[in-house]
Amino acid sequence: MPTHVWKSPRNAILSAGLAALLAGLPYAALADPLAEAAGKYSIAPSSRIAFSVAQVGGGGIAGDFGEFRGIFRIDGKDIGRSNVSFTLLPASVRTGEARVENFLRSDAVFDVANFPEISFRSTGITQTGASSARIDGVLTARGKTRPAQFDASVSDRTKRKITFRVQGKILRSPYGMDVGTPIYSNVVKFDMVLQGTR
Amino acid sequence: MLRNRDNAYGLIAILFHWTIAALFVGQILLGLATQWVASLALQFTLIQWHKSFGFLILGLAALRLFWALASRRPARPRDFSRTEWLAAKLVQASLYVLMLAVPLAGWALVSTSTLGVPTFAFNMFVIPHLPLARSEAAEHFWRDVHEWLAYGTALVAAGHMLAALRHHFWLGDGILKRMLQPGAESPNRGTVKGQKAAGR
Repeated sequence: MPTHVWKSPRNAILSAGLAALLAGLPYAALADPLAEAAGKYSIAPSSRIAFSVAQVGGGGIAGDFGEFRGIFRIDGKDIGRSNVSFTLLPASVRTGEARVENFLRSDAVFDVANFPEISFRSTGITQTGASSARIDGVLTARGKTRPAQFDASVSDRTKRKITFRVQGKILRSPYGMDVGTPIYSNVVKFDMVLQGTR
Repeated sequence: MLRNRDNAYGLIAILFHWTIAALFVGQILLGLATQWVASLALQFTLIQWHKSFGFLILGLAALRLFWALASRRPARPRDFSRTEWLAAKLVQASLYVLMLAVPLAGWALVSTSTLGVPTFAFNMFVIPHLPLARSEAAEHFWRDVHEWLAYGTALVAAGHMLAALRHHFWLGDGILKRMLQPGAESPNRGTVKGQKAAGR
């Protein structure tokens, strides 16, 4: 709530009334939106799974994955018992340059012919703020499973829908995808907008 | 003997000659290999090596040109006809132009490529792209120029080599030896300049 609202007593009264009014709505519970949002969601196709890989001299490759699916459950009583599982199809990678996409799909990187899916499954969730959490889990790609960590924060919420911004950094080398290093960074930065619908 | 003399090549010129010759042969094979390999990962790696060695050639060629311009040039051996000498010098001059032009065309190719892959020579130095607009058309154009200049260079170099072998095995003069051994002159033949000097 904007602090300037509290400048005058009249505004204070008005704001208190407004707060009381908003308390009845799902939006208002900024104190603990995660607990408020308890429930089971499936990840909507409107989500965006963007990634970028930096390159020497500045710039890099940026793109996203168009096909994915996933579910998550927010435990209202104990956020730590929430969980998420997510699967994306690396063949759906988009970078705006067909040759780069074909390279990524080939056995040089994703090897989509043999490993059509990349999946993430949470193993532990830690609440880090009123509307944020750290998600620990395991990421499986190219037949290799390694620990991975993402930070999630609620960016929007309605009764039926919750939107998280999820960010994380994944090293390519443990998955045998380190082609192009050191020209292209070993670190893949994920910046995702996950929309869950009940 | 580091520097050229009136009738002989010095060590520096000889090292430039053979280093660039060896690198060029390697680059032709590496360039062809990038087109032959099935693995895209290997192809990527080979192309990066090809780019690294290409910039090495460009750097060496620039230094070599500077060295050649600053050095005296061994004179025409006595039994060389003017026409033969002119042909030899023309071939050598075109090789000088080509050893700069082929890597420059390669540089233009990587600079205009819509892939935008940076050049990180030997994983040590970032070499900026040339200020050329990126487009598929420009990339194709420079790919063709790079490729045909390289084949052209191979052809001219082959002529240059055959001529050297002709001198060595058929004519039996010391022309090839001059490029193998610093200070070596054409034995028993001398040079036009050398004759003039001796006659003085």
